[in-house]
Parts: sequence; C-alpha cells; structure tokens
Amino acid sequence: MTAAGGTVHWAADADEANRIVTRLVRETGETEVVKVKSMATQEIGLNEALEEAGIRAYETDLAELIVQLGADRPSHILVPAIHRNRGEIRAIFAREMGRWGRPAPDGLTDSPRDLAEAARLHLREKFLRAKVGVSGANFMVAETGTLVVVESEGNGRMCLTLPETLISVVGIEKVVPTWRDLEVFLQTLPRSSTAERMNPYTSTWTGTTDTDGPRAFHLVLLDNGRTDTLADEVGRQALRCIRCSACLNVCPVYERAGGHAYGSVYPGPIGAILSPQLRGTASEIDASLPYASSLCGACYEVCPVAIDIPEVLVHLRERVVQGGEVTRRGVKVTLKPAKGHAAERAAMRAAGLAFARPGVLRAGLRLASRTRRFHPRTLPGPGRAWTATRELPKVPAESFRDWWQRTGGGKDDGRGGK
Amino acid sequence: MIGKEELAMRVALFPTCVNDTLYPDTGRAVVKLLTRLGVEVDFPMGQTCCGQAHYNTGYRHQAEPLARRFSDVFGSDAYDAIVTPSGSCGAMVRELYPRMGERARAEGRGDGLARRLAPVVPKTYELTEFLVDVLGVTDVGACYPHKVTYHPTCHGLRSLGLGERPARLLRAVKGLELVELPGAEECCGFGGTFAVKNPDVSAAMGADKVRHAESTGAEVLCAADNSCLMHIGGTMARLRTAVRPVHIAEILASTEEEPLS
Ligand code: SF4
Repeated sequence: MTAAGGTVHWAADADEANRIVTRLVRETGETEVVKVKSMATQEIGLNEALEEAGIRAYETDLAELIVQLGADRPSHILVPAIHRNRGEIRAIFAREMGRWGRPAPDGLTDSPRDLAEAARLHLREKFLRAKVGVSGANFMVAETGTLVVVESEGNGRMCLTLPETLISVVGIEKVVPTWRDLEVFLQTLPRSSTAERMNPYTSTWTGTTDTDGPRAFHLVLLDNGRTDTLADEVGRQALRCIRCSACLNVCPVYERAGGHAYGSVYPGPIGAILSPQLRGTASEIDASLPYASSLCGACYEVCPVAIDIPEVLVHLRERVVQGGEVTRRGVKVTLKPAKGHAAERAAMRAAGLAFARPGVLRAGLRLASRTRRFHPRTLPGPGRAWTATRELPKVPAESFRDWWQRTGGGKDDGRGGK
Repeated sequence: MIGKEELAMRVALFPTCVNDTLYPDTGRAVVKLLTRLGVEVDFPMGQTCCGQAHYNTGYRHQAEPLARRFSDVFGSDAYDAIVTPSGSCGAMVRELYPRMGERARAEGRGDGLARRLAPVVPKTYELTEFLVDVLGVTDVGACYPHKVTYHPTCHGLRSLGLGERPARLLRAVKGLELVELPGAEECCGFGGTFAVKNPDVSAAMGADKVRHAESTGAEVLCAADNSCLMHIGGTMARLRTAVRPVHIAEILASTEEEPLS
C-alpha cells in the first residue's frame, strides 16, 4: 500500500485514531468531510471528535443520514435507522435537511421514492463539494494492499472516488491474505446480510493512481482492544465477525429489546460479546451484556463465520462473576469479580454444597415438600422477577428420589410403576 | 415394539435435579416407559445436578465438582447408557463436559478433569434420542387421544440436534393429533438465570410462545425439557390459557390401560 502511494498510520486506541484523522483533515485546510458508512468510525466516535475540532462530518449512507439528521443513535449494524418509520423519516428530512444543506423539497411525502429522491438531492451537493472523504473498509487484501468496501447505495463509490483526499479507518482484524480469500467473503457477506447473491456496489482501491480518484490516501489501522481480544483463546473468535448482522436478525432478545439497549454501536449477539471485550467489563452496561441472552444458540446457527456466540457469552459471564486474567494493552492483568454478584455467588456456592451431598439435598427437598402448602404465589425481592408474569411450579408431595426409594424403583407403587 | 427378551439393556436414569425436586411425574414416566420397552432402569442415589446452571451463569469452577460427581456416579461400566429427559442437561454432559475438560487443560491443570469426565460423555442420551437411536423404536405403544403441539427446546434442537425424533415418536402415538407450532424454533425465553436477570424480555418471549401455542388449538404443548415447560407453563397458568404443558415422556408413557391422569 505504501508502494502504491498510500500512507499507513497505526492507532492503538480510539483517541489516537481520532487525533490522527483530525490532524489529516486539518492539514488539507478543509472543514468538512463526507463519510461512507463505517462501523469502525462509529466505534471510536469520530464524528463527535471532528465536531469538537470544528470539522463537520456528513454521513452519506441513507440510514446513517436519517440517524445523523435525527440526532439519534444507530440501532442495527446494517440498517441503522430500522427503528424509524416512514412518517418519522419524512418529518426528520423536512425539519433538518435545510439546517445541514439543501432542504427537502416542498410537499415531501412519506413514499419511499420521494424520501430517497430527497436524500439524493441533499447528498449530491455534498459529494460534489467535499474535498475529503472518510471511510472504513469491509476487508483489506494483504497481498496487494487493497481495500474493499461493499455497499448497496452507491454513496460509498462517490465518497471513495470524488474527494481529493481519502482517509480510511479500519480495524486490524479486517485483513485477509489474498484475493482468493476475499472471494469467499464477497460471497458470504451479502448472502448473510441482505440475502443477495451479490451486493450492488463493491469498490476496491490500492493506494492512489495518477489519472483518477483521490490524490492522497491514508489508512489508519485501528487496534482499540483487538490485540488484547486476540490474546484470549475463547474470546478471540469474535474478531472473525464480518458484520453481516445475521445474528441480530435472528436474535429473539434483540428483536424485543431493540438495538439501543446494547449501549454500543455493536448491538445484538455480536455486540454482547464484542463490547465487553473491546471496552472491558468495568462499566455496568458492559458487565451486563454477557447476560443479555437466553443462550438459545440461534446466532451461532446463522453466523457465516461460525462464531460460537453462546460459548463466548458464558466465557464472559465467568469473567464478570469470577474475575480472572485478561490482557489490557498487551499486559496481563487480573480482574476482580464485578460488583453486585455477591448474593448470586453465595447462592451458587450453597447450591454447590447441597449438590455435593445428596443427604443435604434430600433434607432440603423434604422440608420444601412439608411446607408446600405455605408457599406463596408471588415472591418478594429478586424472586418477583419470576412471579410478576409467571406462576411458580408447585412443590410435589414427594420427590422422585423418595418415590424411588419408597417403591423400590416403582416396583411396588400403586400409582403406575411397573 | 421390541420384546423384553431381545434387549437386556441397563440404563442409569438421570431425571435431573429439576425433575427430581419439582416434576417427579416425569421421572416416573421415564421409568414406566423404559421398563415397558424392556430396559432395566436404575436410579443411582448419589446423583444430584449436572452443573448446568452454574456453568451457564459463569460459575464454571463451581460446576466442576458437580461434573466430577456426575461422572463418578454414572460412569460405571454396569450401565450401557445414561438417559435424561432433558435436552439441556443432555447437552451439558455431551457438549460442555468436554469443553470443561479442555478449559482445565488450557489453564494448566492437566488432563485430569477431561479424563474423569470422559466415560459419561458418549453414553449420555436425551430420552427421545435414546428411544430412536439406541432402542430403534418410534412406536413405543403409547396412547394419548389429544391434540398436541410440540416445542423443540433450544438445546435439544441446536446442541443435540434432536431434529425429527420427538415428532416421529409423537406421530406414532395412538389417538394423538400432532399440530405444528408456529415459530417453533424460537426460544421460549427461559434461559436459566436469564428468566430472572432479564425478566421483561423473558416474559415477552414466553408470552409469544404461549400465544403461538394457543393459535394451534392444541390442548397440550409438549417439550422434552421441564425447565422450559416451567417457564412456559408458569406463563400459561398466569394467563389462564386453555393449552397446558406436558413433558413428552409423560405422553409416551401413557397407554390405554394406564392413561396419563
Ligand atoms: S457474529 Fe457472525 S452473524 Fe453476527 S454479524 Fe458477525 S459474522 Fe454476522
């Protein structure tokens, strides 16, 4: 890539990446950039960082545009504005477009065609004016130093070819060795994300060329917790993710909780295993993400790169409740268990003790059977989480093991043994 | 149906701790069913819990003693197979015990745990698997004249790959009308501690499952796991639905002479 006229920068974390991009834009003397839809720049909060430096970043993907104009947050990897309906989009366009550039046409309706046309006109002005483009990349091909962007709308193609300077921020896990390897992913990604055999636009570029396209190209290689994640034998498989979003679409928890509940640009099952690794488990939301799953395994079943998401979830639960060794910035550190699990730990220990001695277990069961008439229908405290919507099972008069012993394995039972 | 003399199988029954304590009828049904099929059933008294709840909540190290106990109690050569009427506990032993062994090895604790757990892994079967794959029966001689729909629980479906086995067994039951459950493969929302850690989402999933079950017009929703049925049934009881939960073992155990009460 360097030989092809590009410049490579390394960013250890989000702050460093933001500083590099801000500096590169400043050096061009420009105060606005057009953006291709990119998860990496969302992850590091690039738009906000540029804003602070007086640089305006315009999102050009239709859904990202809706999110940006609505001062909103994305709720899905592939379709960030999936939580908005047509009426809301119409209102956002009519209200906000004028403040950002070309206003929406008068009498804008909520028909998809009209909305798309309004976005086209609004964005066209940006494409033609912008001198700097910012992108991510779906893949990087090591053998030729080529970057690849896969998209549906053509806005990416505009941003990648029209500006004089192109800056791409790409996670270091996006490298594939050869074009042959790329072929596999170019088939896998559209099939798993939009169920298309091929996506409408696939752009590839290698450094700069004399005759066309940007005159200057910068690649910012982003680590931001990836190397540390790679150090973890179980958790590292999350780095295989190609952001197809199939796991979100099939997840019953995502479907009901919505993308914003995950508190990260990576929602759904992949977010639940990626965020606590990239950001650590210190915050309350990151410590709770591994539990945002019933472990039903639907995500693992659809994942095109076979990330065993339930396995990683359980692994991260262990990290939350037990602590343990992790790598942070290349250094091994031992985490303490997260706060707020003391009662649960005690309960698990008590259950472990009872289960270690069948006699103790049995005494408990008999006590439960004897007192069963007094068991309440609703529980106080944490038990309410069950009884608010569900009846408790009734404790039977006799446990299975007591029945087995009393009847000699059902051999002399009046009620339907042998 | 296979005659008793052809089979001299000896199995160890692992009803699971949930069934032992809360659903003894299911354990009794398995005993009745297997005995009827000529299998000798034993209930090793030293058994407790496979450790699934511990493991899945993040307490792998606390699950290890339970796994070791399970293996010591059930690993005996005297048993040809270990049978459990629970997809998730079956998956715990078959899928996660080997993983626990590997993790212990990766932590530098050697092969000890893996070796200790190894004997029980290949011979643990979920009930419907045991019937279809090991005994080779689909008609177990049951009679249950009711309209039934079947919910394939997640671990049975995805971890063990039970596939069509339960449905084949149910279709062979005399008088039973099996109707398809819409959205069958979607999780019911139980998920062990998930049910109390994320109660709102869990309840919403449970309510959808119950709504789907009701839409079939079935009298009974059956499954091969009472943990899920505890959640689904608890939701049904609260919503006072016409459809009620029954474990598949109890249906398969039911006969004309001794119908399920
Ligand atoms: S984890 Fe798998 S299914 Fe989910 S977005 Fe990544 S590649 Fe797609």
